[in-house]
Amino acid sequence: MDNWVIALIKVVFIWTWTLLIATLMTWVERRGSAMMQDRLGPNRAGPFGLFQPLADGIKLFTKEDIIPEKAHKILFSLGPILFALPAFSAYAVIPFGDKLIVNGKEIILQVADVNVGFLYVVALGAMAVYGIVLGGWGSNNKYSILGGLRSTAQLISYEVPFGLSLLAVVLVYGTFSLREISLVQQGTFLGFLPNWGIFKQPLGFILFIVTAYAEANRVPFDLPEAESEIVAGYHTEYGSMRLGLYLFGEYVNMYTLAALMVTLYFGAWHLPYIDMSKFLGPVSYGIASFLVFFLKTAFFLWLFVWVRWTVPRFRYDQVMGLGWKALIPLALVNLFITALCIQLTV
Amino acid sequence: MANNNNAPITGDYVTINIGPSHPAMHGTLRVVCKTDGETIVEAIPEIGYLHRGVEKLGENLTYHQFIPITDRLNYCSAIANNVAYEKAVEKLLGIEIPDKAKLIRVIMKELARIADHQVCVGILGVDLGAFTPFFYLIIQREEIYDIFEWYNGARLTNTFGRIGGVNADLPEIFHTKWPKLKDTIRKANDETDKLLTHNRIWMDRTIGVNPFSPEDALEYGFTGPCLRATGVKRDLRKDEPYYFYDKFDFEVPVGKHGDVFDRYYVRLMEMEQSIRIIDQAYAMYKELPPDAPLMAKVPKIIKPPEGEIYSAIESPNGELGFFIKSDGTDKPYRIKIRPPCYMVYQAFPELVKGEMIADTIACLSSLNIIAGELDR
Repeated sequence: MDNWVIALIKVVFIWTWTLLIATLMTWVERRGSAMMQDRLGPNRAGPFGLFQPLADGIKLFTKEDIIPEKAHKILFSLGPILFALPAFSAYAVIPFGDKLIVNGKEIILQVADVNVGFLYVVALGAMAVYGIVLGGWGSNNKYSILGGLRSTAQLISYEVPFGLSLLAVVLVYGTFSLREISLVQQGTFLGFLPNWGIFKQPLGFILFIVTAYAEANRVPFDLPEAESEIVAGYHTEYGSMRLGLYLFGEYVNMYTLAALMVTLYFGAWHLPYIDMSKFLGPVSYGIASFLVFFLKTAFFLWLFVWVRWTVPRFRYDQVMGLGWKALIPLALVNLFITALCIQLTV
Repeated sequence: MANNNNAPITGDYVTINIGPSHPAMHGTLRVVCKTDGETIVEAIPEIGYLHRGVEKLGENLTYHQFIPITDRLNYCSAIANNVAYEKAVEKLLGIEIPDKAKLIRVIMKELARIADHQVCVGILGVDLGAFTPFFYLIIQREEIYDIFEWYNGARLTNTFGRIGGVNADLPEIFHTKWPKLKDTIRKANDETDKLLTHNRIWMDRTIGVNPFSPEDALEYGFTGPCLRATGVKRDLRKDEPYYFYDKFDFEVPVGKHGDVFDRYYVRLMEMEQSIRIIDQAYAMYKELPPDAPLMAKVPKIIKPPEGEIYSAIESPNGELGFFIKSDGTDKPYRIKIRPPCYMVYQAFPELVKGEMIADTIACLSSLNIIAGELDR
């Protein structure tokens, strides 16, 4: 019974937390871009415009919900749901801290420590394609179809190097469980480096971050929603909260991917050279691990924003070329080298 | 790209209508594209959505009344249009304007050129997904507009100058602002250069994208940066100098392939040259006595002698010419405008054929088609 309550609390916590982060990210994105572009950004609602996301949310909820006359009603309504739902669910297997000991009971800071955590994340990432394609198709708009097609080609192509770079990580750690991977990243590697994934998989990390940007539809891979070319692509026809779900899902995706980067390559909740559990109490250690993990994730979230406002967009054929001609061969080479190294050292 | 041209084209096309209301269509342009997947098989531009009968209006207004109408041609650099028109009427009247007026016109026109190029380069960035340089440039453009505003109150549609000279001296703010402004403009250009020019993605998106040969460009009647990008060194300021342009020391930047990158880079380089011209013109201006005349002797009611003339200047977009036929009354018998955009836009279907949709947008922005000037 107790376990159920704890599980429920964790689910509710991570749900609201993800929502909060995604909401805040819209603010960070706007203020961050404004900072880079010598503007002010939203600064009217609340201190530093912090309530702006709230105002936007209210606006999106209260807007008239329009379904275009010629649209496919079912697919049109299904699209945003299929996009947002996997995005929200994907975080379940990713840890958000180490553990919390309350009244002698150990609580793992992760909704579900699944032994196929990896596959779960990849599978849910692949689900997002359906949301975009169905939305684009159901809108019955040429631009939307183009956006949908672009995203199908892009997401499916980038799934391959994404999966391959993850596979190399699995080879290194010998497990699919994200919690176990996090746990072994404690201590040092080769005596002087933190025992982090990035030092064992440098090429793998580069591949992962590039494909993650493509999976999240972020600049420079935001072709499915290129506003200057195909007028927001798959969500041209969407308005009100349906559009909100798409936009929101994107930020949730970003959060999941950033957390995944931290978990796999940046030592999850571990600080380099310092073992926090040695000198912190059980509760404060739990909170500290959560904070460390979150700060690292926040950096990668900021990186998403940073890159978005710095580089231009690829062209469709260039994205395909990069995916098939550069990333997939590199991912295979990386996998091969990793396998070879492990074979030689074991 | 070129290799797409050889691909076998198989019957089924999707017709996509881009514009007249589309985020990347500058003004109200419309292109009907037949596409094979993302590749453009045929692009049919449809013009006239911003047609306001400017030339016909000219026949019903007096010579002075037409100046504000010319603001609405290329609204990114209204001053260049004003100067082009005034220069044409002065040629018709056969009057020479005072040196000081010439210098003020040069300074203001080159400022307008910088503003125009800033918009063009910035928008090209936005259309290719790079948002940030746009703001760096547009902030500087606002500073330039401040000078315009202090000149006669208008920021966008300036109605600058009068027939026979200019109505006012340079605003005081110019003297204090310009030395600082030229540095910030250079800094903004430099930042744009750093963010875009050697960015791998930017290079992939622009280099070799819809290239144009100098022969074709000349045949289509290209002028301005689009022609110079192909490698033809043609600039009316150098070739048919007017207003002391032969006395200024400046270069005409040219490209090589006439692709999107060259058009972008030529514009970026031209801004630097414009700054040099303004500096020299300002130095010459300061040597003139403060009470030097601003206007030539012009009758109150302008009634040019019967005849017809053509006069052109190098506007930011290229050769902007005015053909005026006078029948001796106070209204022109006919005004024909030769906008640079019109000739450039003719080549648009040719340029984008076989390219991808994303390149169409890049091409359009780099050509800097301004609907106001195109449709008149």
